[in-house]
Amino acid sequence: MTWTNHEFDDIPGTYVFNGRRSVLGYPLNRMCMSFNSEENRHAFLRDEDAYCRRFGLSDEQRQAVSDRDVLRLIKLGGNIYYLAKLAGIFRLNVQDIGAQQSGMSVDDFKAMLVAAGE
Amino acid sequence: MATILGGITTSHIPAIGNAIQRGRENDPYWKPFFDGYIPVRAWLDHVKPDLAVVVYNDHGLNFFLDQIPTFAMGAAKEYPNCDSGWGLEEGPAALGNPEFSWHLIESLVRDEFDLTTCQEMKVDHGFMVPMSVLWPHAMEWPLQVVPLAVNTVQHPLPSPARCFKLGKALGKAIASYPEDLKVVVIGTGGMSHQLQGERAGLINKPFDLMFLETIVTDPDALARLSVRDLVESAGSEGVELIMWLVMRGALGDRVSLVHRHYHVPVSSTAAGVLVLENAA
Repeated sequence: MTWTNHEFDDIPGTYVFNGRRSVLGYPLNRMCMSFNSEENRHAFLRDEDAYCRRFGLSDEQRQAVSDRDVLRLIKLGGNIYYLAKLAGIFRLNVQDIGAQQSGMSVDDFKAMLVAAGE
Repeated sequence: MATILGGITTSHIPAIGNAIQRGRENDPYWKPFFDGYIPVRAWLDHVKPDLAVVVYNDHGLNFFLDQIPTFAMGAAKEYPNCDSGWGLEEGPAALGNPEFSWHLIESLVRDEFDLTTCQEMKVDHGFMVPMSVLWPHAMEWPLQVVPLAVNTVQHPLPSPARCFKLGKALGKAIASYPEDLKVVVIGTGGMSHQLQGERAGLINKPFDLMFLETIVTDPDALARLSVRDLVESAGSEGVELIMWLVMRGALGDRVSLVHRHYHVPVSSTAAGVLVLENAA
């Protein structure tokens, strides 16, 4: 069995969410989908690791959740829209997680966005 | 007969909905963005649409990765919005028009667009933020809606060419409805932004300005772009611009520009606004 290569695979710093990543990330993204319920968000916070195990996350995925490492979660099949639900529980917005992934401080990241409009 | 009054494009960033709810439209950060909508609201007040077809993508509310339709059309009496993970209320439920939805579905399937049909459909910020920014603080929406969901989340995505053709078939479907109904088509999402990977924070102003110009004058040129072209130039999430091409396809070959606005940044995104009418 082999995964098909794609014309977008070589775009730097970009992890296009395709079938291969969706298969890899399915348990993780399914867990994130459950966070649409406030009750589930509280259940996660009560015991993060048990909640991750319930959804069948891999060891690597559970570690990356524990580390709040969004870039790692992306590489492990997380979809950014689903991960945003997880990040929301930690009160991180898309600028916070954008800064984290690009290796910048949040202030520098925001300044970069402003500069892009000038 | 139903008529298309025109088309609107708008970003659908969740932060916009938050800013409206908190009454921050005149804060220094937000004012340059919201000022771009004043002429859009004036145009809407003038033309008074009865119904909006809202082209949007779901971000994990109605659809999960267990089942992702490429194109899905609402055919419900009502479209509620719900908690998408942040506990936010984004506005009142929108009222549908099942007879009109089914007319569109029948026409589109006849034209070989094999849609998923939804008699129950929750709509997230992709749909609600455009409603909120066009009709802010509405206790109830002043028009009916038909949601048209496009997969922009899990590749393979429909190509820009396919979305443009869907828009053309949608325009034909709307125009063939026998009842008098004034319709606007709203293309949402974009413009350039990337939320994931080391390249997060990408904004491409030259590309966006080209897109804003070319969608008016030569949409066929944009329809010749590939999904890769859009991801590369507009970012992995900026690929939502394919939904603008659905709107543009629903209008005629020649359009007149009523209003254009561009502002960077809103959250991590470049925000673009257009109002187009069919040329006389």
